[in-house]
Amino acid sequence: MLHEPVTPSGKDPAGPYKQRLGIWMCLFYALFYAGFVAINLLSPLTMGIIVFAGLNLATVYGIALIIVALIQALIYDAMCRKKEAELEEIPAQTNKKGGA
Amino acid sequence: MAIIVFIAFVVFVVGLSFYLGSKAKSSSSYYAAGGQIHWGVNGIAFAGDYLSAASFLGICGLIATVGYDGFLYSIGYLAGWIVALFVVAEPLKKLGKYTFTDAVDANYNSRGIKLAAAISTLVVSICYLIPQMVGAGVLVEPLLGIPHAWGVIMVGVIVITIVATAGMASTTYVQFLKGALLIVFSSILVWVVLGRGLSTQPDQDGKVTFYQYAQTQASSNDGKIAAEGLEILEQVDVKGGLTFVRVNHQGQENWWYASNTEGGLTLKESQSVVVKTDGKWINGLPESESNKLRPVGNLEQIRGQKQVETSSLSIFEFLASITDEDTIVRTWKSASFTDAANNKVIIYYPNDVPGDRIMRPGLKFKVEGTLLERLDFLSLMLALFLGTAALPHILIRYYTVPSPASARKSTIVAIAAIGFFYILTLFMGLGAMVNGSMNPADSNMAAPLLARSFGELLFAIISAIAFATVLGTVSGLIVAASGAVAHDLFDRYLQIKMDDRQKVTAGKISAFVIGGIAIILGILFKGMNVSFLVGLAFAVAASANLPAIVMLLFWKKTTARGIASSIIIGIVASLGLIAFSPELYSLYGLNPLDAPIPFSNPGLVSIPLSFITLVVVSLLTHKKNT
Repeated sequence: MLHEPVTPSGKDPAGPYKQRLGIWMCLFYALFYAGFVAINLLSPLTMGIIVFAGLNLATVYGIALIIVALIQALIYDAMCRKKEAELEEIPAQTNKKGGA
Repeated sequence: MAIIVFIAFVVFVVGLSFYLGSKAKSSSSYYAAGGQIHWGVNGIAFAGDYLSAASFLGICGLIATVGYDGFLYSIGYLAGWIVALFVVAEPLKKLGKYTFTDAVDANYNSRGIKLAAAISTLVVSICYLIPQMVGAGVLVEPLLGIPHAWGVIMVGVIVITIVATAGMASTTYVQFLKGALLIVFSSILVWVVLGRGLSTQPDQDGKVTFYQYAQTQASSNDGKIAAEGLEILEQVDVKGGLTFVRVNHQGQENWWYASNTEGGLTLKESQSVVVKTDGKWINGLPESESNKLRPVGNLEQIRGQKQVETSSLSIFEFLASITDEDTIVRTWKSASFTDAANNKVIIYYPNDVPGDRIMRPGLKFKVEGTLLERLDFLSLMLALFLGTAALPHILIRYYTVPSPASARKSTIVAIAAIGFFYILTLFMGLGAMVNGSMNPADSNMAAPLLARSFGELLFAIISAIAFATVLGTVSGLIVAASGAVAHDLFDRYLQIKMDDRQKVTAGKISAFVIGGIAIILGILFKGMNVSFLVGLAFAVAASANLPAIVMLLFWKKTTARGIASSIIIGIVASLGLIAFSPELYSLYGLNPLDAPIPFSNPGLVSIPLSFITLVVVSLLTHKKNT
């Protein structure tokens, strides 16, 4: 029984690169998140220390977790697009040489 | 005003649904919107799907009552999107067709996986549906003045109409609309909160008179409390070391809270609901239009100063003023007991907390408590981090875009929109905490009631959006659950021969049935904490689905039996641990201390157990399959 995706996605030469990059970026963020959870569990009073503009570590770290997620997402997208463009150019150049 | 805006919004949403429904006839259109939704629209629709009643009503309500601990949900819910983006988004788009089952079964064509994954989708969707329907009832009750049950039925009927008319296409545009409006109007609400500034006597810009609660020093002789100027009629000691006294104060009877602190014994005027045979009595008088529970929530001190108000504040000044150690926040707690006349009494009593305590974790999650209490917190944070990428109604949205790159881009739009909204929840929740607008009996209405303190128009709009929040999320969940029944079970597992039109009809019939179940559950579970239930749905999803998705993508020895076993073990372990947890024992009316499972969040046990099951079963069955 055929059960293919609604829209066929074709080959993705950048797939392995994106997968590796995704895992590393996910691990980086997981460590950042784990640091937040660990401080809460091991030294909860540290979260009350004022660190910036009258805000405590809990507030700054919490908001940073949200902002860093977005920054990482944008970096990931930029790197994926760059790689996809690079790998799209290679077959195009090969075709040109073959045709000449 | 509120009713007109609300009805106009609902009519528009249902009209849009019918219009889009006239265009959607095929099964790919019903289940996956034909895979042709633009990534930008899909990203905001992701936000619409994800920012459910738990986010808007639940988190704001939690922050308004327990401060920073409510914001932990915002952090965890957002962090989960990182797993979705980096690990799941593109591979899942490549693998699947309509449902979560399609993705995990793509390489195996296994009946075991189809059955297990379909059951998992149904269980997680229903766990997630219950709090949404409860939230709908809570919202409609004060807005339209109709009973909770009718509110739930109304939501159910509208949602079934939306889903049955056009499936994923109309659901997507409803989500897009709602997600965008939610973010825009939440921003406006935060802007006016900052513009109003802070006050120790919030009067909603002069619309209401601030009520100053009385308090007096007291003494205790052999456990019997006495206070000058107060006639004490009854004294009750309840579980947890709390003491309340029924007093005659200036000719009126009411219940007061006996607060025993380092400063001595103080009696504090409280609010009470006494259920008598002739009806409810509020604060010592029969309940009426003019005698209801007073709205609460204010600052007793701002940076050490009493009876002070500030001008408009920047975002930093607002947070720093509340965080200051010399700021005192008056929050409200509740307790219930039976009095000497055998009447049920519910008391809402003041609890003054320093600002620096409000703004760090620990008021709800006992991070300074016992090892088990700390592990419970760890378990919750783990489930929130891993749960998002395993929610079926989120996963199916990857099938609505045309390519894996679009799936990635729409996830990034979702992270931006959802992250921005979650930062706003901190301001909305704290705004509700200190603006004298909270209903002490129901924290879920914190954000809409905060909006009401700025006028009926903003309240009407925010309430309509909150209602659409419920509509949108319930629509997405019913599409996911109906896909599990009609597509995974009937079409693929039981292999009932159906043409394209019949598949759509099967999906619509399933949507009717699941919508009906959701209505019944929404009525039965009235009064349950919305955020708590959603947290449990995350734990079930992370336990049942995530190990299968991750190992399928990254471990070549994964077998069909390994996947099916891990899904079933994940469901059974997480639901089993929840069923015997202290929180559920309280709901059963049993003593939570008798619960055999000593923690409420199962993820720390059930997620690793599901992973281990997958690895062990895969290793045992690997040779047979190759």
